[in-house]
Amino acid sequence: MADGETALLLARIQFAFTVSFHFIFPAFSIGLASYLAMLEALWLRTGHERYHNLFKYWLKIFAIAFAMAVVSGIVMSYQFGTNWSVFSDRAGPIIGPLMAYEVLTAFFLEAGFLGVMLFGMDRVGKGLHFFATLMVALGTFISAFWILSVNSWMHTPTGWAQNEVGQFVPAGSWLDIIFNPSFPYRLVHTVLAAYLTTALVVGGVGAWHLLKGRGTPEVRTMFSMAMWMLALVAPVQIFAGDLHGLNTLEHQPAKIMAMEGHFQSHPEGAPLILFGLPDQAAQTMRGAVQIPHLGSLILKHDANAPMAGLDTVPLADQPPVAILFWSFRIMVGLGLLMFGLGLWSLAARVRRKLFDWRLLHRAALLMGPSGFVAVIAGWITTEVGRQPWVIYGLMRTSEARAPIDAPAVATSLAFFVIVYFIVFGAGTLYILKLMGHAPAEAEPGPAETPIRSAGITPAAAVERGGEG
Amino acid sequence: MDLTIVWAVIIAFSVAMYVVMDGFDLGIGILFPRFRVGTERDQAMNAIAPVWDGNETWLVLGGGGLLAAFPLAYAIILPALYAPLMAMLLGLVFRGVAFEFRWRDPGHRQFWDAGFCLGSLVASFAQGITLGALLQGITIEGRAYAGGWWEWLTPFSLLTGASLAVAYALLGAAWLIWKTQGALHDDARRFATWLLPVFLLMVGAVSLATPFLEAQYHQRWFEWPGLLLTMTMPLLFGITALIAWEGIRRGRDWLPFVAVLGLFALTLAGLAVSIWPDVIPGRVTIWQAAAPYSSQLFMLVGALVLVPMILAYTAWSYWVFRGKVGEEGYH
Repeated sequence: MADGETALLLARIQFAFTVSFHFIFPAFSIGLASYLAMLEALWLRTGHERYHNLFKYWLKIFAIAFAMAVVSGIVMSYQFGTNWSVFSDRAGPIIGPLMAYEVLTAFFLEAGFLGVMLFGMDRVGKGLHFFATLMVALGTFISAFWILSVNSWMHTPTGWAQNEVGQFVPAGSWLDIIFNPSFPYRLVHTVLAAYLTTALVVGGVGAWHLLKGRGTPEVRTMFSMAMWMLALVAPVQIFAGDLHGLNTLEHQPAKIMAMEGHFQSHPEGAPLILFGLPDQAAQTMRGAVQIPHLGSLILKHDANAPMAGLDTVPLADQPPVAILFWSFRIMVGLGLLMFGLGLWSLAARVRRKLFDWRLLHRAALLMGPSGFVAVIAGWITTEVGRQPWVIYGLMRTSEARAPIDAPAVATSLAFFVIVYFIVFGAGTLYILKLMGHAPAEAEPGPAETPIRSAGITPAAAVERGGEG
Repeated sequence: MDLTIVWAVIIAFSVAMYVVMDGFDLGIGILFPRFRVGTERDQAMNAIAPVWDGNETWLVLGGGGLLAAFPLAYAIILPALYAPLMAMLLGLVFRGVAFEFRWRDPGHRQFWDAGFCLGSLVASFAQGITLGALLQGITIEGRAYAGGWWEWLTPFSLLTGASLAVAYALLGAAWLIWKTQGALHDDARRFATWLLPVFLLMVGAVSLATPFLEAQYHQRWFEWPGLLLTMTMPLLFGITALIAWEGIRRGRDWLPFVAVLGLFALTLAGLAVSIWPDVIPGRVTIWQAAAPYSSQLFMLVGALVLVPMILAYTAWSYWVFRGKVGEEGYH
């Protein structure tokens, strides 16, 4: 039994590790694909070369991020079976078709048009090339649609029945399964998070070059576009996050109790605990700094509404409180900072200082990677908050494990850690290296690099700064 | 209509598409160290750079489709092949990122080229082992795999692993004969002249060993009416191999690839004869592992519309990048 528990723990660590790494790349590539489509549209519409240069600049970065998203994604699609085979067997009839639709509608679309998007401008012309870019961007969104539907079903399973061998099978309409109760909220919240993440990265890169005195039209354009995106989307995201929270309260109250650190029930209205040290063993919050009644006001929109606490949930059914309590605060804290940065950029526009307010640029640079941190913190909040269930209320994580011995999982986990740090560490460095150069006046695209090989290396093309 | 059979055909089609399409990508990776540093390697890379991602997606469809249409098989096969599949996934990581990374970091290009080759080799070998392990049979209790994490390791599975790596290398060489010119083209023809005989020997060895693994295969191949097939299959195979040989020696540039595709098709057909109607050979039939009708139907509606569309835009993408690589290099 002890061996089984070790194997379970290792399998969970491996899944958490590989999915966290994977999630970083789509969180960036979903937003970046849309940004590229927008840049190309603006270029085709206005004819301004700065949009074209920006397009080629970000396209090279997209190519690297996308490659990493693809290779880390294939790992996920097999890990359901290698490490969670009991879950796959029992949930396969429901989640399998949704994932098959993701492959058929999204992965092929992205992969099929990616080659043309990266290397095909000279071969197909502007119009078809723009179409390819649109298809890649659409593909990233469709992919998010299906995989979040699967994920949401695991949180709020609907439309299922159980057959004689214990499998979850569709009970009636597939629409009940796809559009399960938490899906619309999760989809909006996650896609907006991807847009914000991209806006923060683009803004951070723009700010870096502005700080370095390279305020070219390209740099100014990208900084301005990113700040508009941030100012417009951050408030919408906070609103969407609030709705998502209310939906979670309805369907997974224990998760909210843990996020809020509410160990005790509050029949006369719950406080909002700002900070504290959760002690789950003692079922108490140590050193809580709290505002009375604000918790009920936010979650129930009524200061005196009664709220149940974790004292109503058996210990065996509680999620790990400390992780949730902190990851939730990191996400919300960063979200508020993003909102603040957006407001600041609006103020800078009003005062006509958007491109020369150095403190704003420093803040934007500092916030550049914050989207990734917020996305991962949010993901941890929702996924750890589902525990101890793999399918909420129906199947425990401990029942879902594949019959793989602990040494096997330990070995694969060690390899994943080593390989991911080498490969994705290098990839991140290459992206940073590309970001370190400001977009040039005649920015070379990826097409100048691999496809025309005969004697032309990309390094030479970059140095020439020309188009071959 | 029995949708289970339809789905078995669709999954088999995906796997075949994957073997053929990523086969030549992986094969070029395996041959990579034999190409001269510089133009030859760059050309070889460019012969697949625009299409490799789409090719690899068939692997995801094969895996995802198996989960959707035959969840029990997915739940048994993947744990049974834990070690080779993990090796394959890690190999594909190195292979996939090399397409971008080698251009971004000339200082470490050798490292990423080595990763490209080793990643391709490990992934190919692991896929071949997977095939061998399935053919020789896996231990099942109830609805789960019940063997250890080294059960797949036998001389037979190592033979199938090596065979698939050689087969991919041959396909990769044939693709380069078609898609490149100059020194690389000549090299590819030279490699193919010795890869083809090695491939034939290995396929022969696997074919001879297979009927003795399980009574079911023996019965298929050595009892009427299978005996008829046993007679004709080597004949067809021999004729196609001759065409491939002639194509490699002096034929038109596209001929070796098409002929080797023919050899792949015959091999896959032979496997289908051995395995049908099992999804886990000798253990679980497609009907035992099948998802419920409503899951099959829901996916089939999409697949019937989407797979033709996928084939169409994939063909378009190949058409866009038709012709010899590097022809229009200087301008």
